[in-house]
Amino acid sequence: MKRLITVRNIVIAALLLFLALVPLYSAVTGNTFLMTLFTRIIILAIAAVSLNLIMGFGGMVSFGHAAYLGIGGYVFGILATERITSGFIQWPLALLACAVFALITGALSLRTRGVYFIMITLAFAQMVYYIGVSLDRYGADDGLTIYTRSQFAGPINLSNRTFFYYLCFGLLLGTIYLIWRIVNSRFGMVIQGSRSNDRRMQSIGYPTYRYRLTCFVIAGVLCGLAGVLLANQADFISPATMHWTRSGDLIVMAVLGGMGSVIGPVLGAVSLLVLEETLPGIISIVGGSLTGKSMTAAKEYWALILGPMLLLVVLFARGGIDGFLRRFDRE
Amino acid sequence: MLLFIEQFLNGLQLGLLLFLLAAGLTLVFGIMDLVNLAHGSLYMLGAYFAATFAALTGSFVAAIFLALLATLLVGMLIELIALRRLYGRDHLDHVLGTFGLILFSNEMVRLIWGPAGLNLPLPSWLNAPVQILPGVFYPSYRLLIIAVALMVAMLLYFVVMRTRIGMLIRAGASNREMVGALGINIKLLYTLVFGIGAALAGLAGMMQAPILTVQIGMGENILILAFVVIIIGGIGSIRGAFLSALLVGLIDTVGRAFLPDVLKLFLSNSAASTAAPALSSMLIYLVMAIILVVRPQGLFPAAGK
Repeated sequence: MKRLITVRNIVIAALLLFLALVPLYSAVTGNTFLMTLFTRIIILAIAAVSLNLIMGFGGMVSFGHAAYLGIGGYVFGILATERITSGFIQWPLALLACAVFALITGALSLRTRGVYFIMITLAFAQMVYYIGVSLDRYGADDGLTIYTRSQFAGPINLSNRTFFYYLCFGLLLGTIYLIWRIVNSRFGMVIQGSRSNDRRMQSIGYPTYRYRLTCFVIAGVLCGLAGVLLANQADFISPATMHWTRSGDLIVMAVLGGMGSVIGPVLGAVSLLVLEETLPGIISIVGGSLTGKSMTAAKEYWALILGPMLLLVVLFARGGIDGFLRRFDRE
Repeated sequence: MLLFIEQFLNGLQLGLLLFLLAAGLTLVFGIMDLVNLAHGSLYMLGAYFAATFAALTGSFVAAIFLALLATLLVGMLIELIALRRLYGRDHLDHVLGTFGLILFSNEMVRLIWGPAGLNLPLPSWLNAPVQILPGVFYPSYRLLIIAVALMVAMLLYFVVMRTRIGMLIRAGASNREMVGALGINIKLLYTLVFGIGAALAGLAGMMQAPILTVQIGMGENILILAFVVIIIGGIGSIRGAFLSALLVGLIDTVGRAFLPDVLKLFLSNSAASTAAPALSSMLIYLVMAIILVVRPQGLFPAAGK
């Protein structure tokens, strides 16, 4: 009998409860900044969870996952600019574009292994990045401002911040559930078996290449969904969304949170982005009380703390935050 | 024809610079099995050191030597403090850890040198164009870059292939335990290799410094190019890195120069001028993807790997 009340479960439940209550807090205090911030965090968490499906469970380390954020965003943005504002057309087309891109690049990339796989996925993402840079009609380097969010029927109105927040939150929960089902299905077992020992899986008769490719496409489509949401939220899409450092960010979120579980990357996304947002404040408060001087100038240098922090997580907390919580429970 | 010679030399120069970066990267990758994303930070540091020492000493040559020494030391220090602990870990741990290092070094540079970029002015004796063929002029500094990089490449090849320390480095790559058992201080050897790689990256950075501005994040895009080089060349192979660096440098430069004209043969003028910049930026990634699909180990894989 597994214990239900563990530190890990409490932390996860508290996090989900907190995420569910953010709009309430914003409505009471009138502070919409927090809701905007957390909408972005939730969207990027969807992307990180989708990356973890192929990276953590499938052993396919994609260094080009941000390309799907861009493809999803750009398909939506381009359609909106061309006055096709119906979400019923935009969203399926955006996801379809991601699926096709994932199918083609995945079919080629999955012929390679290890570091070569990392680099070939990066190569494809860079190609998409440069296509984005050259889209003169759609803003090129400067990016594309999107004037209308996706239009759906009836009461669904994406311009309503609270509604949009809960839509993203619901989609995050849906994504987590979907991936949890995938991972624990027969399909997911094949994927994980292929990560541990591909040759053995093939010898017992599984065409692992096809399984891995399917998994790669699913992850791409889910990340494309995050891309559509991100562009909707920012009313803007630019090639910077697809820069290789963004793909690096997604990997960092997944590894920081813990790749061993479906929910780990959510922990990673929330902690990384919240740290980015709050470290400047923490530095100026802590520094100010220690030295008695105003430390507002030091605010800028939050990455000086975040950088070594990531290094320390790698060195001392194997399995990321999630792994740390699990170890805590065992002891 | 004149344009072609000039572009060829530019490509050669970019290729050789990439080789300096890729050499350190491929040594560290091949020998310590470490994916070092922070290699671009050392490139940036080299440029900053050179600009600072040039302002302090007033001598370009002295600045280069001091900056080389400084990047060597910083590289060894980083290895001692942090990266040494990452050997034998998963590649993803390397990505996360060295990503943290990039953040740290970018902020450190901003803290020390400020957010504005620096300039490294060339001394006047390097600033004049040289006549390389009758009627063909080329900046003397760019020629110097080609010469220095070629010399360093030869020196590196000689050290790795013909000297005792090079033998130890190669032996450490194929069997770490055995080399240790024979009484070699393998940890010190690794620190040294990392330092040399750092100094080479720094050299590339400081030689680029007079041409570009010295700024934060300057190492990030060229780092990706260096990774492309070592992947095409085959990880761990110095010779492969050299040949593929030249290949990448030439393809990139010549592609940028001539692709628009080539495309105009097939496409309308306006379509060609839109497609050309994107296509020429993509060209080397396209080449890498094709090479990886056809030959997943790279063009010149290191022997015995």
